Amino acid sequence: MADTKENLQLGPDAFKHVATNTQAQEKIAAPSLTFSQDAIRRLKQNKFALISFWILVIIGIVALLSIWFSPADPNRQHLAYTHLPPKWGNLNIPFINGYRNGIDMYAKNGVPKGTYFFLGTDYLGRDMLSRVLVGTRVSLFIALLATFFDLTIGVFYGIISGWKGGTTDTIMQRIIEIISSVPNLIVVILMLLVFKPGLTSIILAIAMTGWVTMARLVRAETLQLKDQEFVLAARTLGESSTKIAFKHLIPNLSSTIIIQTMFTIPSAIFFEAFLSYIGIGLPAPTASLGTLLSDGQKVLQIYPSELVFPAVVIVVLMLAFNLLADGLRDAFDPRSDNR
Amino acid sequence: MVKYVLKRIGYLLLTLFIVASITFFLMKLLPGTPFNNPKIPAAQIAILRKQYGLDLPVWQQYLNYMVGIAHGDFGESYQFAGQTVSYLISTRIGPSLQLGVQAMIIGTLLGILLGAIAAIRKNTWVDATATIFAIIGRSIPNFVFAALLQFWLAYKWRLFPIALWDGFSSSILPTLALAMAPLANTARFMRTEMVDVLSSDYIELAKSKGESQWQVVAKHAMRNSMIPIVTIIGPMAVDLMLGSLVVENVFAIPGIGQQFVQSITTNDYPVIMGLTMLYSVMLTVVILIVDILYGFIDPRIRLSGEGN
Repeated sequence: MADTKENLQLGPDAFKHVATNTQAQEKIAAPSLTFSQDAIRRLKQNKFALISFWILVIIGIVALLSIWFSPADPNRQHLAYTHLPPKWGNLNIPFINGYRNGIDMYAKNGVPKGTYFFLGTDYLGRDMLSRVLVGTRVSLFIALLATFFDLTIGVFYGIISGWKGGTTDTIMQRIIEIISSVPNLIVVILMLLVFKPGLTSIILAIAMTGWVTMARLVRAETLQLKDQEFVLAARTLGESSTKIAFKHLIPNLSSTIIIQTMFTIPSAIFFEAFLSYIGIGLPAPTASLGTLLSDGQKVLQIYPSELVFPAVVIVVLMLAFNLLADGLRDAFDPRSDNR
Repeated sequence: MVKYVLKRIGYLLLTLFIVASITFFLMKLLPGTPFNNPKIPAAQIAILRKQYGLDLPVWQQYLNYMVGIAHGDFGESYQFAGQTVSYLISTRIGPSLQLGVQAMIIGTLLGILLGAIAAIRKNTWVDATATIFAIIGRSIPNFVFAALLQFWLAYKWRLFPIALWDGFSSSILPTLALAMAPLANTARFMRTEMVDVLSSDYIELAKSKGESQWQVVAKHAMRNSMIPIVTIIGPMAVDLMLGSLVVENVFAIPGIGQQFVQSITTNDYPVIMGLTMLYSVMLTVVILIVDILYGFIDPRIRLSGEGN
């Protein structure tokens, strides 16, 4: 072995230093993305979610603009013009030409020329288009506000329960267990019986029952987060629990919160419609998608269009929210994608 | 295991006790009395109040109510004089149970099928169609779906009876309307599970042994993907109960859902309280059974459950 070493006869000057550019090796070709940028990029690749997002934006803007540009007063009754079919100007296309069973209903009811109802009128002669617009706005308002309360209660409850741990956690979890063993809707119905039916009580009732899922998810995540190094470090450095919650926990919980919120909105829309439908929701004459569906169902066999229009709106809304929520979940949590 | 089950039953009873108490006091909070018709003379009202035990102090009413519940006595209906709540419920629970069970069976079976097909043909048009179908099923409110089914299939095409409760044929449409939500949820869940299972090692092994795709799916993949479906039976039961409230109304079915809505509009408090208790009992018992069942199917769950 010693032989070979001497035979080699290689000195240090036999090696030549090849210039290397260590910086070039370390260069990251793609732009570096933050977590949210990455999530948005993934969301944009999801066509369904993107289309849903724009549909929701458009519906939201139209519903909001209808405060100022409503085609007619949604509550103004005109008893001579009841149950008119849709009519779009002088277009002679079936279903939107004002004819029903071959009879020009507008001429029959003595509607003056130049007066059109794009979606027809309801049983009190109120303009359906205005009512659908107002109804969409009211339903969205209820759903968004209820979801906001629900989110606030759920996040705080979950963080406190998970962060405190011990007896506090046990008691808080028992309370949740009891609440969740009564069907949500039963609680909502009981609450609406006790308080006067109306906008406020519906929002409160939906918010009071919906936060349980959010609280559970947030608690589970908090339990995981609170043992991680960055939280320990913050604790060691003497930060208060409140500050840790806002600075460290909530930002890390944000994807869970956003996803859960997006799933809560459609269920709140559904709840409102459901309550109004069984007659304990919004009192007349307030229009919401639920009251419109309820009115429409009563005359479904004779005037199907009065159910179909609000039904289309609620289905499109729920579909868009569900698809967007699915897309957001896949975007924030690529593992759930299964591809 | 026995200790775990006993502990769970203890919690169940505590939960039901609290639910009963809350319902009772909420009902006491309601303004006015059920007998506020100005035409009834005061003496009559006093007799009515005495008959229903409403002249007693609240704590005594509460005690009576609780003792009654323990004996399965939920008091008398205000609306239907002389009929006990238990009798009222017992005559109406049949159709509701039948619809619920039918809807659950159809929903789960079709959902499993749809989810499995979507997973096997992952990322093809079959998958996309099945997924869109499931999302639409989740997005159409069940009462809208029920009304549309009634309008097209029963009124326009006269394929089924429009409403009422008269034999199996009249249960088809309400079952379909109720089955939509469980179907959509099961399909979604099944697809996720099946995709997971299909990429696991034992499926690779089965494939490498030369089994046909059908054998692999039927013998290995389906069975293992179906286990977690058990966990969504609880939420599914909730869906069905809520669905029954509106679907029974649309199709005029004499079930407990219709009774509940009717009692709300007529302020028939004893019936509302009784039905609330019934719904809570059904839900808690279903969840308990599902949890215990799951422990038997999947030993890992049982161990971690006992560890806590």
